[in-house]
Amino acid sequence: MRMHLAHYLGLLHRSQHELADALCAVRRAHPDEPDLIGVCERLAEQCGDNARRLEPFVRRYSAQLSEEPERMHSALFSGARRGRLGLLRDLHDLYLLATQCEISWTLIAQAAEGVGDEELVDAVRHCGAATAAHLLWLRTLMRQIAPQTLIVAS
Amino acid sequence: MLDRTAALNGGVLSGPRTPYGPPGAVERLAAALPGRLRDALPAEICLGSPWPVRVDVLLDEGTTEADVETWVPAVSAHGDALDLAVRGGRVVGMRGRAGDRVNHGRLDPQERQGWRHVGQDRPGRLTRPLVREHGRLVETTWDAAMERVVARSLELLAGPGGWGRIGFHTGGRLFLEECYTLAVIGWAGIGTPHLDGDTRLSAAAAAAALMESFGTDGPPGSYGDVDHCDALALWGCGQSGGSGQGVQHVLWERVLDRRLGPGPPALIVVGPEGTPAAREADVHLAVRRGTNVALMNGLLHELIANGWYDEAYVANHTAGFEELCLTVDAYPAKRAAEICGVPVSLIEQAAEILGAAERLVSVVAGGFHLAWQATAATCQVGNVHLLRGMLGHPGAGILHAGGPSSARGALETGAAGGLPGLRNWANPRHVRELAALWNVDLPRRGPATHAMRIFRYAEEGSIGLLWISAADPVRSLPGAGRILRRKDLFVVVQDLFLTETARLADVVLPAAGWGEKAGTVTGGDRTVHICDRAVEPPGEARPDLDIFLDYARRMDFRDRDGAPLVGWYDARSAFEAWQACSKGRPCDYTGITYERLRRGGGVQWPCTPSSSHGTERLYAGGRFNTGPDVCQTYGHDLVTGAEHGAEPHQGARPGARQNRAAGHHDRAFLPAADHEPSQEAEAPLDGASLNGGHLNGGSPNGTHLNGAHLDVLNGSADGAVDGAMDGAMDGVMDGVMDGALVVTGWDPVARQPLLAPALVRVVPRAAETGGDYSVASPLDLTASHPA
Repeated sequence: MRMHLAHYLGLLHRSQHELADALCAVRRAHPDEPDLIGVCERLAEQCGDNARRLEPFVRRYSAQLSEEPERMHSALFSGARRGRLGLLRDLHDLYLLATQCEISWTLIAQAAEGVGDEELVDAVRHCGAATAAHLLWLRTLMRQIAPQTLIVAS
Repeated sequence: MLDRTAALNGGVLSGPRTPYGPPGAVERLAAALPGRLRDALPAEICLGSPWPVRVDVLLDEGTTEADVETWVPAVSAHGDALDLAVRGGRVVGMRGRAGDRVNHGRLDPQERQGWRHVGQDRPGRLTRPLVREHGRLVETTWDAAMERVVARSLELLAGPGGWGRIGFHTGGRLFLEECYTLAVIGWAGIGTPHLDGDTRLSAAAAAAALMESFGTDGPPGSYGDVDHCDALALWGCGQSGGSGQGVQHVLWERVLDRRLGPGPPALIVVGPEGTPAAREADVHLAVRRGTNVALMNGLLHELIANGWYDEAYVANHTAGFEELCLTVDAYPAKRAAEICGVPVSLIEQAAEILGAAERLVSVVAGGFHLAWQATAATCQVGNVHLLRGMLGHPGAGILHAGGPSSARGALETGAAGGLPGLRNWANPRHVRELAALWNVDLPRRGPATHAMRIFRYAEEGSIGLLWISAADPVRSLPGAGRILRRKDLFVVVQDLFLTETARLADVVLPAAGWGEKAGTVTGGDRTVHICDRAVEPPGEARPDLDIFLDYARRMDFRDRDGAPLVGWYDARSAFEAWQACSKGRPCDYTGITYERLRRGGGVQWPCTPSSSHGTERLYAGGRFNTGPDVCQTYGHDLVTGAEHGAEPHQGARPGARQNRAAGHHDRAFLPAADHEPSQEAEAPLDGASLNGGHLNGGSPNGTHLNGAHLDVLNGSADGAVDGAMDGAMDGVMDGVMDGALVVTGWDPVARQPLLAPALVRVVPRAAETGGDYSVASPLDLTASHPA
């Protein structure tokens, strides 16, 4: 009996940490951006909380761990950029990272219901909502700055 | 008790106290009726407020009322109706208007100060346009100055995305007509979303919270509610009387008069120790900085746990109760007390008052609006009222104190980070309405840009022209001084005085102040007042409206049919254009005319032509503006400021599903928020000593230091202060100065920076790169009022 669920839990755990680190990196790279003040730090903290909340489940299912499949994980963020376009592109990266987390929560929720793990269902409901808010925030901010960044000469 | 009977305000004694009691039950019933039904009541039922009239007269020494040639209707910066006394072409004083619903004749004893400059052609007042030539500001003609602005505008507009290269920042002196005219020039003429102003630093959180809870901006209550209430809460109240943290002087007098009369209301005050309000309070909560949300959650917890809420009202008129319960469940009074640093018994007492009140009035002030989690905390005040059903009937209302005098005008007309008429940028129908009204194409380029981002764009060079009217951001916005010095940024400043900001401008336009121009001002309970021209502006100074109209004419903005976009020519016609824009919106001005304002004094919006009165209270009967076709926003996540779209408005937003399921679109939301620890709370700035003044006892604003380089002594600042104070000083001094502003946080919903004064070390520096233009006294420059 081998289940792949643990791999997805591991992927999500890692992605949440990556998102947290990326949020901090983007904040550092754009210190004068008013909209990032405090919010990046707060979201990074939430990502860390989410990852911590996953840890018992990673352990629970790792007993049934199958062999590590190939290319289970691929990097989506390789450092923050500078400048106006750089900010938009950085937020774009964060959005992709957050999307990876979001779809992972969705799939894990399905699996959790499938195996009847109420605790995991509960954790996903809570953490998935936070990730949805992260996506919404990134979308809000990107849509605010995109017209000025893409159309207006500087 | 001395300060209760003789209300000291900044050392100035105001008139005698006029204690009064609440109106009787019959009058209260009558007050709850809509205007047209009230007209049908027998005359013996008193329709007015029982607050006694006390006419305050503030005339210059040696002048009596008999000497006054004419009295001209005007309004104070805090929305009090008054008449300016004019003699020999000069303003020689003022008198409170007895019949006005806001102040009943009263004036702030310091009111005269604010009008010193009216019509005065004295040193310091700008009387001719200035342009920068070889680094110096020199006098020129209006034609030459305006042509420079127009040439630069056209040059920028010609490039790709030219609309995004022009931004506007406004401040307190603009009338509603001027704000609307600027909004039309910006949104429709240039097509820029970069319009914002000082409201962002003061009134943004109040507006954001009102939108989150009730769907649209606009304070729900009325000053008349103070007459009826049996409990009153001042949330975030500092020194009373005009300071940024306080409650308007006249409103505070009304509260004191109720407290001294029969059947006084219980008073809860949240704010620092040592203020008149704190001494007067029955329950005073001096919470730690940055813990307002924890306090509010503790109070909400007590209301819910004890069943002190109106179950029917919550069930029928609100959405999101379950989510709110889940959140406040974690804040029993004991935990809230620990977080806030106040005795648990005080929180319990406050909750008892809030829970037992039959008519509850809340006044939210700077201690909430300008603090950590400003929007979230302000929303919780709304939640208290929603849980108790304390809205829309006499004695039950929410008021917001503070903000620049023209804040409401700027917010409503679209000059301060929103669309005109409290419209929703995310709602295509609202945008189409405006496009049809102005007969232009309005490309949906993005939501309005907030002030901090406008300056950020200017710093990055993507905004090439920044037009600042009636504001002095070098003094109010950290970093502004540094940004305005950029060589490639063309700065237009329109003001009464050569402010610190004006010194950095490329073109300075001399403007007329209140009393020198005509227009309307909307006050804290939606009361619209007219402020007429009493005297001529000095020299060549012009009303702000005339400057904007001149710009529109020179720029030749046209609508789709080739007609001039800005078709109005004076204050009255501008007001009429605004009426058309407000028609059918929650802030409907169509029934408020100049005639009516001159004849009968202030009128509260909404007011349609068929109604004989304005609307004293919003949301009577528990119907709110949250429907998707009405609302100004689809809501935000209070933690991140993430904006919900129209779709989540129907489904994913907490409580929204309930709103839809019940077949109602007009329920108020109960936005829940957790207390977030702030850095401020962990390492508090010492507020008391910061405001006290370290330099020879001088007040922060009175301290001028020349070309100084500043090091921040307070660890929480990060260089922002350098920009804030750079070039903002006129004397030379060594030592430590206070009053410098640093950004200590960010409210992501209101997009409002949280500023705190910080101690900074001043090191004199040789070079000064600001503009050179000699004026008699640097102190005069900052005395611009109402501003």
